[in-house]
Amino acid sequence: MATKTTLKKNTYFDSVSLMALTAKANRIEGIRQVNIAMGTSMNKDVLKNVGLYSPEVEAAKPGDLMIVIESEEGMDMDDLLQKVEEAMVRKTEEGGTQDVRYSSLEAAVKDHKEAGIAVVSVPGAYAARVARKALNQGLNVMIFSDNVPLEEEIALKKEAHEKGLLVMGPDCGTSIINGKGLCFANVVRKGRIGVVAASGTGAQEVSVRVHDFGGGISNLIGTGGRDLSKEVGGIMMLDGIRALQEDPATDVIILVSKPPAKEVANRIYTEVAKSVKPVIICFIGGNQEEIEASGAVYAKTTKQAALKAVVLSGVPEESINKHALNLPLVEEIKAKLSPEQKYIRGLFCGGTICEEVASLIRESFDDVYTNIAKDPTYRLDNGSDSRAHTLIDFGDDGFTQGRPHPMIDPTLRLDRFLKEARDPEVGVIVIDMILGYGSHRDPVEVTLSAIREAKRIAAEEGRHLEILAFVLGTELDPQDLDSQVEKLTNEGVTIASSSENTGLLARGFVTREVLQ
Amino acid sequence: MSRINDLLSKPLEVVNIGIDMFREDLNEQDVKVAQVNFLPPADGDLEVLNALDYLDTPGIREKVEAANKEAVERIVNSHPVLIGYEKAIDVIPGMTPNMIIHAGPPIEWKDMCGAMKGAVTGAIVFEGLAKDIAEAEEVAASGKIVFSPCHEHDTVGSMAGVTSPSMYVHVVKNKTYGNISYTNLSEQLSKILRMGANDQSVIDRLVWMRDVFGPILKEAMEIAGEIDLKLMLSQAIHMGDECHNRNVAGTTLLIQALTPHIVKTSFSEKDKVDVFNFVASSDYFSGPTWMALCKNAMDAAHGIEYSTIVTTMCRNGVEFGVRVSGMEGNTWFTGPAQKVIGPLFAGFKPEDSGLDIGDSAITETYGIGGFAMSAALAIVSLVGGTVSDAISYTKKMGEITTAENPNVTIPILNFRGIPTGIDIRKVLETGMLPVINTAIAHKDAGVGMIGAGITNPPMDCFKKAALDLAARVSVLENQA
Repeated sequence: MATKTTLKKNTYFDSVSLMALTAKANRIEGIRQVNIAMGTSMNKDVLKNVGLYSPEVEAAKPGDLMIVIESEEGMDMDDLLQKVEEAMVRKTEEGGTQDVRYSSLEAAVKDHKEAGIAVVSVPGAYAARVARKALNQGLNVMIFSDNVPLEEEIALKKEAHEKGLLVMGPDCGTSIINGKGLCFANVVRKGRIGVVAASGTGAQEVSVRVHDFGGGISNLIGTGGRDLSKEVGGIMMLDGIRALQEDPATDVIILVSKPPAKEVANRIYTEVAKSVKPVIICFIGGNQEEIEASGAVYAKTTKQAALKAVVLSGVPEESINKHALNLPLVEEIKAKLSPEQKYIRGLFCGGTICEEVASLIRESFDDVYTNIAKDPTYRLDNGSDSRAHTLIDFGDDGFTQGRPHPMIDPTLRLDRFLKEARDPEVGVIVIDMILGYGSHRDPVEVTLSAIREAKRIAAEEGRHLEILAFVLGTELDPQDLDSQVEKLTNEGVTIASSSENTGLLARGFVTREVLQ
Repeated sequence: MSRINDLLSKPLEVVNIGIDMFREDLNEQDVKVAQVNFLPPADGDLEVLNALDYLDTPGIREKVEAANKEAVERIVNSHPVLIGYEKAIDVIPGMTPNMIIHAGPPIEWKDMCGAMKGAVTGAIVFEGLAKDIAEAEEVAASGKIVFSPCHEHDTVGSMAGVTSPSMYVHVVKNKTYGNISYTNLSEQLSKILRMGANDQSVIDRLVWMRDVFGPILKEAMEIAGEIDLKLMLSQAIHMGDECHNRNVAGTTLLIQALTPHIVKTSFSEKDKVDVFNFVASSDYFSGPTWMALCKNAMDAAHGIEYSTIVTTMCRNGVEFGVRVSGMEGNTWFTGPAQKVIGPLFAGFKPEDSGLDIGDSAITETYGIGGFAMSAALAIVSLVGGTVSDAISYTKKMGEITTAENPNVTIPILNFRGIPTGIDIRKVLETGMLPVINTAIAHKDAGVGMIGAGITNPPMDCFKKAALDLAARVSVLENQA
């Protein structure tokens, strides 16, 4: 067993690419452990801690790439290094201009004076600094980064508001600007419905439902998950609503969020009351009376919001396939489960999907636990075992520190999947498969072996395990929606057609009473 | 609201800072994206980050920008001319009969690297202060010799940079700002004092340079009056030199300018022929001349309050030293000298190399040398790398500098001016260090040059400079 460090001077790869490369390289036969990282002090400390520090590592500059290979006995190190380098070969770009990379925002802006927005996906500790520089350059900003301190978010949004600019985020995963999707976004029809969303997968689901019901999206503005907190006060939600009011391409507006803080909800209602265009509000489990009092249209779920918006935007209601709940299917599945199999276990990549499904299940059951619950009584720590009905958002900050988001790497939840399959009290396991830009190019494929193993475990122990999957995507997305669905149905997985239906089906499968 | 509505209605164009995948996905949707490679600023050092943020405070930022603008103006408007060659003891400020000045930041005899010790002992023998190298070592350690950085005496020295009282030096005057700079003469070959060699052949050559070479050049310049170096530099760059390691054009231009005057001097035909042959024996002859030009311009830009422009980069083989305009006088910001990576002469291995050494990084500080590699594509055969690397270095250095020098331009980049005014703020923000082309000396005394390559300063120098500068600015702000 030997260790070799190779430096590639002045060679840059971003952090997510490096995680993927390291994972790929670690699968090369003959390699015990390989670490590929930029020569920053932080990364050098990591190598120190795993005993891979060396004079070469010490000599590395932040702009150099370090490749540290620990080989198995008797392996040819040069051969291994060559294999690692082959794995690192970048796709060559067609169309020349993409080869230019800048080391600073200022240099990039100098050459790209027509740029209107900066997308920031750097470590959270630095994201606010970068965002501020972007604002100073007159750019709107989308901050994909999470783990940004609250005070920094507040200061940034106040500054942006004063400058008349948008700050989408922090922790904003999705936006659609003038028909183009940024970061995690589905490919949907362009149309007359504008969206302001304080949640990524909520925004994705709304946009996909709108598309599915025959409507289209003009602009989708993300505000980040904390915008509607008391401290931030909904600054960007309000600016977003105003922008869509003035947007000639938007006729109908949808607002999507988890329930906001009371004062913030009131500010939103005040703004909405001024609105000339119809506003549909979906505050997952929001207060119908308050919402309707403001003059907005109430939607209990993302599906309902999309449906109402599409109708208001002029699509004839009779032409829409509303994907009503398949009641005979529910009865069929119920019959397959034993009385002992009472519980739902949900393993989600999408936070709002998890939230929405949980809230629907809570309408039928009290003992619903999640790792994102506001109420501490029903909140599970990220490491804890499931109890009763448990739904887990694997995209929560606690899981994503130093790792790619589960939408990029869905393998995170596979261990948990098998654990739940072994639990005889589990009747249905719910999973989401999120398609679109940014997501894994074949999320179903990487989950198949776990699905098969889960079914095998249950079959061996003489019980039916219901697996319910929700594939969030459109036929236009880079992944092939039809084949994703087909791969699942071939394994006996039941497919839900929306986030709402996922919740209704799951609770239906384990409800003792007959559904009307 | 109109700026937001502009965003929503105009064709989308994005600056992407961070994950490359987002750029790819946008490109797939036919969206133009400028990609910024992100590295943690100040290499993640929070104290330095705070210093940078302090310097970026509204009110202070404008003062820094104005100071930097002035520093760059002084660099660009400097007009260095060669006015003579004289003995070090006769012209270098603060030089005394028992002083030896050296390259890089301050260092004591006991800490000097092999090459510098070799040069120092050789110089002591040359000055007649010891009869041989062994005795010279005792003299050096005895305290009888005063050591001081060339830079603190308006001087620069290449490689070990060892300059002793009897050595002849260039005298370069800044016609715009009046300051004068000095540097010694090229010994031309590779087994030479500045590379740490010190056998009899080296000493003998130094003696000839003192008794013939120097005096001929001195007399030639008395006849010539002055030779304009600013214009000559631009010409040399256009002809394919970068004026640090590649000097073939500059040497040709300089000796061409000197020749009529050398011919007219009172020396014998043999002496003159020896001088011409000596200069012809190596392209390096104009190397020190450009160093003196750069020193001349950078010293004129030193000492401007609030300025974050680097005015000195130098090394003594152990430490790398940086000075910044806003910290006047001789405040040094040091860090460990780095390895130089590049091709070595036959028979030498990387373990034989000494660390980065010499004041010649003053050329990069000015904007030539490594910064002008795109003008001198043939350099890649000396320092390694590829032609496209060489071109991209100049562009990359543009991101850590303040302006372009319109007087010194690079044809292949559409006559773009050399990157001028290294800004410590930009170095720290981008994580990109200045690139330096340089020769490699053997790590032991007595051997000499073994190769050439590319290196960088350590980030430590810039971090320390940022901390001190922020503290200084804070004092100034509270006085105001």
